[in-house]
Amino acid sequence: MILDVLSYGFMQKALIAGIAVAIICSFMGIFLVLRRYSLFGDGIAHVAFGGISLGLFLGIVPLWGAFIASVFGGLGLQKLRSSTKVSGDAAVAVVLVSGLAVGVTLVSASGGFSVDLFSFLFGSILLIGLEDMIMITAISAGIVWTLLVFQKQFLHLSFNEEQAKVAGLNTTFLNYLFVILAAVTVVNSMRLVGILLISALIVIPNISAMLFGKGFKKTVVISILMSVSSVVTGIFLSYYLNLAPSGTIVLIAVALLLGTLACRSAGLIAKVTIKEQSKIVHNY
Amino acid sequence: MSMTKVLQVEKLSIGYDSHVAVDDISFDVSEGELLGIVGPNGAGKTTLFRAIFGLQDYKGKIKLFGFEPDKYKSLIPLVGYVPQKIAFEPNFPATVYDIVSMGIISDKKIVKGAKLIQQCGCCWNRIYKKIDKAEDKIHESLKTVGLEHLKNRRIGELSSGELQRVFIAKSLVKDPLLLILDEPVTSVDVESQTKFYKIIEKLNKENGITVVWSSHDLDAIKKYASRVACMNRKLFFHGEKEKFFADENLLKTYTESAMQMHMHDHNH
Repeated sequence: MILDVLSYGFMQKALIAGIAVAIICSFMGIFLVLRRYSLFGDGIAHVAFGGISLGLFLGIVPLWGAFIASVFGGLGLQKLRSSTKVSGDAAVAVVLVSGLAVGVTLVSASGGFSVDLFSFLFGSILLIGLEDMIMITAISAGIVWTLLVFQKQFLHLSFNEEQAKVAGLNTTFLNYLFVILAAVTVVNSMRLVGILLISALIVIPNISAMLFGKGFKKTVVISILMSVSSVVTGIFLSYYLNLAPSGTIVLIAVALLLGTLACRSAGLIAKVTIKEQSKIVHNY
Repeated sequence: MSMTKVLQVEKLSIGYDSHVAVDDISFDVSEGELLGIVGPNGAGKTTLFRAIFGLQDYKGKIKLFGFEPDKYKSLIPLVGYVPQKIAFEPNFPATVYDIVSMGIISDKKIVKGAKLIQQCGCCWNRIYKKIDKAEDKIHESLKTVGLEHLKNRRIGELSSGELQRVFIAKSLVKDPLLLILDEPVTSVDVESQTKFYKIIEKLNKENGITVVWSSHDLDAIKKYASRVACMNRKLFFHGEKEKFFADENLLKTYTESAMQMHMHDHNH
């Protein structure tokens, strides 16, 4: 039965693009979570909404509007955060509502909501065309490559920015690169779960993975596995049960998080660590 | 001992909005030295170190290996810094190995720094071995600080003594010429303190790394340091440790000012 569904072109495209997005959201997401930028994705997504509205208003490709707006929004957010006068969460709030306000105003000026806008707000992975799929996958590959090249530096930056600076890293360059990558990740992922739920894919699989108590590489792999399985299961379930894919995907990710929490409480995950710890204490 | 100056601080003053943290301090550190900096809490030791790494605005001059701050960027990667406390998320998903590997820097950066340093006459080649495999270097550093058995442990699960050793190991992977330690054993139990001091002594004597180390532990300074600097915003003393510990007035001044600061802390 599953194989039958796989023969549909729209399903193939949805799965390929979905898996690509799942990978970049969790890989980029781990750095966002570690740097306490969890809601950064949300802020950027709302700025992207402003960009999409601007695109629709001006009659240009909405996605380009979203890319441009989110990169500038991200840089603005970084600037606000780095000034000591505004706290991080307040900066996200300012950028988020500004983006949303621009979007709502432009939408009303151009005569109300359209189908296009809805697909960006709530995701429309089953409706994407071949071109969209190629673009999403190619951009994802670029993001993964950049993250692989800079992962050590980003980990250092996430661990302690001052230490990274003392170690001779160019933190200003890395911070800007980080924000641009995050912005591109968010916009590239909007078609899957939509603007309103994008933070879920960035944050939830990483929180679940971190509960396993592993080192960096293993945590990234666990996070990607969780994210990919949520997306794939979500797409299938939403097809068979006729549900919205975005909501289904996020609910599965939440269920995985709850399952991981339960396993941890039951001692199924953390047990090993405690055992090792007592062994080491005896050795001393 | 060669007399090449690794660190020179000239007429350094650092002020915050309302008070002066460091007041007109001058001293230098020669290659191979183990300088102990003593002073009460709030004496400006941390502020001084932060200025050396460009994390703090200052008046005066700081020279690293004889170079002014504009050449710093090439040299800073060759200096190890272990701050008093490094804040990080308790469930940060990194093992000891991950953290130490952050200290690895590219050969290109090392060579750039080496070329500059040779101009100041440091015997840098004595310490620097080309890193063939980063992995070996990480293991070697972990071995030096006695933490090889914990390499797969998450850092959030370590004791504060172990953590400080991890950060030393992180500094060691790049073969630093100068190691700056800011009260490294403040929250560490006595047994681990001794272990820590032995490591520092070995790094200084056997590996030839110049060490600048701030501490409240006068006994340890007396035992391990070659020279002493005593400061409380101003520099009261800088010279051979024998002179410092023989001067009862100086010791009295230090103890009294430490005591005053202590009382001050308690009253607020």
